[in-house]
Amino acid sequence: MTVSMMQNNSNHRITAETAPNDVVLAARHITKTFGNTQALKAVNFDIYKGQVTTLFGENGAGKSTLMKVLSGVISPTSGDILLDGKAIHFNSAAEARAQGISIIHQELSLAPNLNVRDNIFMGREITNSKGVDYAEEERQAKALMEELQENIDPLTPLEELRLGQQQIIEIARAISQKSRILIMDEPTSALSATEVEVLFKVINDLKKRGVSIVYISHHLEEALQITDHAVVLRDGTMTAYAPRKDIDLEWIVRHMVGENFDLGSPPTGYEMGNTALEVDGLVIHDPKGGAFNVVDHLSLKVREGEIVCIYGLMGAGRSEFMECAAGRLKADSGRILLKDEEISSLSIADRIAAGLALVPEDRQKDGLVQTMSVGQNLSLASIGEFTRRFFTSNKAETHLINQSIKDVTVKTDSGEAPIGSLSGGNQQKVVIGKMLATHPNVLLLDEPSRGIDIGAKAEVFRLLAERAKQGLAVVYSTSEVAECLSIAHRIIVMNKGKIAAEFDANVSKEKIMAASGEAIKD
Amino acid sequence: MSAQQEQTLNKATSPAKKVDIGRLLLEGRAFFALIAIIVFFSFMSPNYFTVNNFLIMSSHVAIYGLLAMGMLLVILNGGIDLSVGSTLGLSGVFAGFLMQGVNIQALGITLYPSLWVVVVLTCALGAFVGLVNGVLIARFNVPAFVATLGTLYVARGAALLMTNGLTFNKLEGDPSLGNTGFDWLGFNRIANIPISVIIFIVVTLLCGIMLSRTAFGRWLYASGGNEQAADLSGVPIKRVKITVYVLSGICAAIAGLVLSSQLTSAGPTAGTTYELTAIAAVVIGGAALTGGRGNVQGTLLGALVIGYLSDGLVIIGVSSYWQTVFTGSVIVLAVLLNSLQYGKKGK
Repeated sequence: MTVSMMQNNSNHRITAETAPNDVVLAARHITKTFGNTQALKAVNFDIYKGQVTTLFGENGAGKSTLMKVLSGVISPTSGDILLDGKAIHFNSAAEARAQGISIIHQELSLAPNLNVRDNIFMGREITNSKGVDYAEEERQAKALMEELQENIDPLTPLEELRLGQQQIIEIARAISQKSRILIMDEPTSALSATEVEVLFKVINDLKKRGVSIVYISHHLEEALQITDHAVVLRDGTMTAYAPRKDIDLEWIVRHMVGENFDLGSPPTGYEMGNTALEVDGLVIHDPKGGAFNVVDHLSLKVREGEIVCIYGLMGAGRSEFMECAAGRLKADSGRILLKDEEISSLSIADRIAAGLALVPEDRQKDGLVQTMSVGQNLSLASIGEFTRRFFTSNKAETHLINQSIKDVTVKTDSGEAPIGSLSGGNQQKVVIGKMLATHPNVLLLDEPSRGIDIGAKAEVFRLLAERAKQGLAVVYSTSEVAECLSIAHRIIVMNKGKIAAEFDANVSKEKIMAASGEAIKD
Repeated sequence: MSAQQEQTLNKATSPAKKVDIGRLLLEGRAFFALIAIIVFFSFMSPNYFTVNNFLIMSSHVAIYGLLAMGMLLVILNGGIDLSVGSTLGLSGVFAGFLMQGVNIQALGITLYPSLWVVVVLTCALGAFVGLVNGVLIARFNVPAFVATLGTLYVARGAALLMTNGLTFNKLEGDPSLGNTGFDWLGFNRIANIPISVIIFIVVTLLCGIMLSRTAFGRWLYASGGNEQAADLSGVPIKRVKITVYVLSGICAAIAGLVLSSQLTSAGPTAGTTYELTAIAAVVIGGAALTGGRGNVQGTLLGALVIGYLSDGLVIIGVSSYWQTVFTGSVIVLAVLLNSLQYGKKGK
């Protein structure tokens, strides 16, 4: 039986029994069911020797499940995995690793208390008669760092590295394991543009050595730069497959989402109000004790109904500015005014009451309480609204929760569902809904689109545009240029704690990137 | 077919109802354990299943239970309070000290505070010990384990210093001095229910209402589940943290009053290792030591399981050494089931 999967604009087909010679690892008819849900439906997937295969798909499309199957973390319900043409079965990730298949997860699996060297060799220490051979480990670690063009001392404790550098260490560890197939799940989500370039160089080196790469990213433009083959998953089914030369951005999005798509445009047709938020000469010293300012004399005004996008690389000071405005970080000098009222001395709770709310960057760490239900998370910042004298009112709370679920269109069975049962995009909507329920005048969102799929992104932006029309001042930060050019009326580019440039909505991508100090990629 | 595949198939094909019974057993484990204990000992001894025995056992449970309620609040916050046993001892001694009369030498008089004054001052002392814990932990970022270990020693030492290692025996008071009634707490009954049990029930109800129906309760669950997220949502996390230790200290002081009243004496070593029993009750009740999960019903059941088990073993004449072994086994089993319930959730 020959099953041909596939797509409209290419003649490439993957057949059931055979695979081309240069295919190292092939998945055939992989089906995986969890309870009543089918996460994967008869998926075929090929990994070519020395090439990059990118897996595209929205959250919940089955990308992670497929990668877990290929790396031995879970077993498929049915279907075969062929390694070098021979059927193989992995009982554990360790068995897959022994065959040269490594996976780098989105959430880093490093020990922050250990140094770089010990992290790289964790669990497979080099030993000699005297115990662990630290000198040899250090030498190899140094060599790896040179290979990756990272100036990191192998004896640096991991926790002192930036997130992007930690990711590089994780990659170094996989490289040192002599992997033939390297699966990377969102490897660039925390990297700066320079670090991404380093990573891509490393990937190209690995390709030359015959290492095959599977790449997963929400950052479509970036992934297109590096990929040789593209595979698109939607709802557990493979919807399209094509080599790089046959595809473009529009092709991927069309197959991912199944319809034409854009991230919206700046809302118009209403008058903006008075200044809602004013920041004047804000200075924040490096919280880690460095001799520089993470935010350096920043001044900014945002009007009611206006949407401002802050673009900048990692470390540009975007997060620090927002956390300071929300009251989490202390300012070293400068003023923050909310409707002409100085708020610098207020607590976080008082600032929320005054109408300023923050949607933090890391929703797992700072946004959600995992032990609570969807509803309790939504109502967390506005408990006062349903408290009568001393006691909370269940009726009023349920009303607020249901209203919130409707307002931000959270897809959930009910408010009582555990928060962990939602997809990333819906979890993000819960964090936004929680802050919107406090009726803010100014909403700050730090990377609201981080790690959520393109459909959810568009919904989040549409939601913000609607709220702006009702008079909400919105400030969001992003590290994707495409997102600057969606709903923002004004684009502010930050570089090293300062405002490097300010643009209106008609600016070009190149201008934004140049102002941010980012090398323009072609 | 691999074991994993088989598992998946079983999961997929087994009827939903069966799964529900498993869940019910797992989630109601403390309740079923309590039923099993009561049934077992009722068969073993004719004296066990009598109203009077239950009331006596419950008055024992009240002491641990009071500590456990305070401990529950602390554990929900993601902390631990090792000082409650010592605070219990110190509170008993402090109450005894007040009952003996406070001699103010400069004025040449001896004050005999009335019972209510003694109770209020003792609770204030418990609150003070809790305040010290809370401030150390919330303001100075001392790990809860270490801070409360320190106060465990200090409070115990203070109790020994106050009595010079001896025990206060004269707690009945003197009608001519107007400070009688201390034994009321430990011996009297209302509608045949010991006062200590009534106090425990009242404290339990107050904790239950606080946790489920007040903003503070929601703050506590949120900051225990994810302190950063709670902070950014405007929850006063430091105030919540200090408050739970203060409440735990007050619970310990109440327990100290009840215990010394039951014994009509206040010894400086009373309540040694009780903090561990309290932690055990909370854990058996299904609370997670990482914070954010647990409730009053569970802790109540946990305290009853420990109390009814150890008293049952005494009644059927099992050696007290074996009691220790049994209690320990129950605790380990409880934690095992906790990790079953919470471990498989999420990803």
